[in-house]
Amino acid sequence: MATTQVQEKPRLESIFDECRVISEDVEFEAAKRWLAKNPGRKAIGCFPIYAPVELIHAAGMLPLGIIGAGNQIEITHADSRFQSFVCSIVKSTLELGFTDRLKFMEGMMFHSICDPARNLASVFIRNFPGTFVEYVHFPQNLASPLGTQYLETEYRRVLGNLEARAGRKVTTEDLNRSIQLYNQIRGILRELYQIRADSPQLISATESFVLTRAGTLMAPEDHLKMLQEVLGLVRVRPARPKDRIRVVLEGSFCELPPIALIETLEEAGCYILDDDFLRGWRWFTSDIPIQSNPLTALAESYANRSYYSGIKHDTRETKFGHLIQMAKDKKADAVIIQAAKFCEPALFDYALYRKALDDANIPHLLLEFEEKTWIFDRARSEVETFVESLLFD
Amino acid sequence: MAANGQKSDKKTDYQGKMHNLQKDMIGRYYDSLTACAEGKGGKAVYMMISGNPVELIQAFDMIPVYPEVNALQLAVKKQALPLILEAEEMGYSTDNCAYVKADIGMYFKGRKTPFATIPEPDLILCNYVGCNVYLQWFEHLAQYSGREIYNLDIPFSRTLTDEPSEEDLNYVVKQLEEIIEVCERITGKSLDYKKLQRIVELSGETGALWCEIKKLTMCRPSPFDSYFDSVTMMAPLYCLRGTEDGLWFFQEAYKEMKARADRHEGPLPEEKFRFVIEGPPPWPYLRQFRDMFSRWGAVAVASTYSTVGGIWEFGFRHDPMRPLESIAKHMLQFNLTNRNFIQRYKQIKDYVEQWNADALVIHSVKSCRLFSAGQGDMREYFTKELNVPTLLIESDLEDPRYFSEAQLRNRVDAFFESLEHRKMLVAK
Repeated sequence: MATTQVQEKPRLESIFDECRVISEDVEFEAAKRWLAKNPGRKAIGCFPIYAPVELIHAAGMLPLGIIGAGNQIEITHADSRFQSFVCSIVKSTLELGFTDRLKFMEGMMFHSICDPARNLASVFIRNFPGTFVEYVHFPQNLASPLGTQYLETEYRRVLGNLEARAGRKVTTEDLNRSIQLYNQIRGILRELYQIRADSPQLISATESFVLTRAGTLMAPEDHLKMLQEVLGLVRVRPARPKDRIRVVLEGSFCELPPIALIETLEEAGCYILDDDFLRGWRWFTSDIPIQSNPLTALAESYANRSYYSGIKHDTRETKFGHLIQMAKDKKADAVIIQAAKFCEPALFDYALYRKALDDANIPHLLLEFEEKTWIFDRARSEVETFVESLLFD
Repeated sequence: MAANGQKSDKKTDYQGKMHNLQKDMIGRYYDSLTACAEGKGGKAVYMMISGNPVELIQAFDMIPVYPEVNALQLAVKKQALPLILEAEEMGYSTDNCAYVKADIGMYFKGRKTPFATIPEPDLILCNYVGCNVYLQWFEHLAQYSGREIYNLDIPFSRTLTDEPSEEDLNYVVKQLEEIIEVCERITGKSLDYKKLQRIVELSGETGALWCEIKKLTMCRPSPFDSYFDSVTMMAPLYCLRGTEDGLWFFQEAYKEMKARADRHEGPLPEEKFRFVIEGPPPWPYLRQFRDMFSRWGAVAVASTYSTVGGIWEFGFRHDPMRPLESIAKHMLQFNLTNRNFIQRYKQIKDYVEQWNADALVIHSVKSCRLFSAGQGDMREYFTKELNVPTLLIESDLEDPRYFSEAQLRNRVDAFFESLEHRKMLVAK
């Protein structure tokens, strides 16, 4: 007699489900649980794109990715402060502040990515007096060694402020331990991205996204354990390749696309082999060296061991050159430029990307999105049309 | 650069001697650009107007070229829209800054404008002072022209103190030294340090005069409009700063304005309202916009836009004894764009108090997020915390499609009507 069996959800899927819940939680329960278990420890929110999380962690504090509120909250206070032609993430992040959802943290770290984000830092200072608000100026003169020398002094300044807030001094050993930890995390993420490019059926872009995003909302030590487990399971995952076009995706380095939008793109017939989701939390192309002057290592790595990005204007090389190379390396059929609505850096880049992609004969599609969307019919039909045009060309 | 060739209403004739002098000088400046474009000599350096080291460029006899000024000139002459549309055809977004689009459109149309042919750059010197669009703009021009670019990175004013740190100052000065090497290579000349000092001295004196001119609007009535007249007076501040001609212009401008102040003469028959105005002007509709305020007897006594090139009102002077350090300080601390939003609130508050203004007008422009993003918070601050009557209106600085004349006029009228009413109640 057959017995009905309760199908246990595969471990991997359970992990991804858990990550999804954490990613969409605008009450930050995972982080709050950790803080409750570690009384006396503090958290600092990091706005996109790359924040020097190593410094925050070395000071004994928990760096958290405060990256807007997606489609999880309504904006009722912040839209009177920022105009309609400003991207949603600026408003939703401010809204998180106005609805007291950020009170559990010490404060925020902002940095130079674009004009609205910069003004946002000031609006935070004015509206939430007493919270810690830091603003890091990253160098835009990367062609000269002066840029990295400057960045080292900037890191020293920021570290001093973090030490004051944390009430403790940070040693070289503290810094190197934190750098090592984040090196390991980023190393596994790079491996997973490589697996996505080589065997995209083993881990989807959506799964990789929620895994990365959840990591920005929990303790890095816990994230590392999770990543190690996921890597092992993904490598032996039973999955067959589907008939899809291979694309690389670019332009979503700040405001986060809704998870369902990424799913929609994949279901419309794309394997997304590479993307720049949460670029700041995957900033480095290789490990930051462990050396006797960690601030120098961090500064030099910022300039010379980092991915190209819309907000980093390195005159030594072109961004579109990197994009074309990336598409070729991953053997992509096409490129999708997925830019947040009103995102000035991404939309500026598009003009040069478009020309370069046309010159290189690489098919491409521009999609604009907003973090707060619920309906993806239009995006789906645009991508389906695009996929069809490639399959039946 | 007020609209040219327009019939002037006797009551609102905005053209004075100083306006004509400025038109003349800038005309000659543009002739030098055309000559350079036609291969008759000179090395062109592209720069942004806000917080720049034009003194260094002048010391090498190189020609400063300002894409921003070219763009706004195109808007004033109502030539911007077709160029913007060209750029949008190339892939630029409706949400990208229209200054950039007009300039890029112009670049691909042979760099010919009604006022000059703009030369290709011999050096693209991106003075990154807060405005992130500057970085994009010059990155694109470098790509299109294939010419050398240097990103002069000015750390943003990001701490609670107004003063830049030693480290920041050092970083900027060292970059200026690198730029000197670049200019020496391009021109084949060594830097004449004494010449640089003389030029920096001229800048210092020019800045001092500009400061005095601006203080004149503290008088009642204000002798000129510190927005509409200031923005037209500003061009020599970038195009000719550090030159004898530039200094002479401001000496003449000061004389004219001081004489008006002594005669208790203002730009309008009667000064009924004094306001501070924040934000760039709608260049394609400068005159219509000005008329909206003039009909209420409203004069701008201070403006933030007139400080994009530099803020001299609060004590800064270029110092010939420390040329590179003072150029660095000007870029780090004493221009609008490299200062943070809270510093701008303080600047406006100081204007309202020291220049005795009745109200604040915020002109929010779609193109410029540096100015505009967050002005809703600015309005909250001024109305709720400082009790300053504040009007927030929207259009654009370059793209004529975003200017709804009727709507704007209604908003302005409603605002000044209620201000008038308020004044009457207080008088009682």
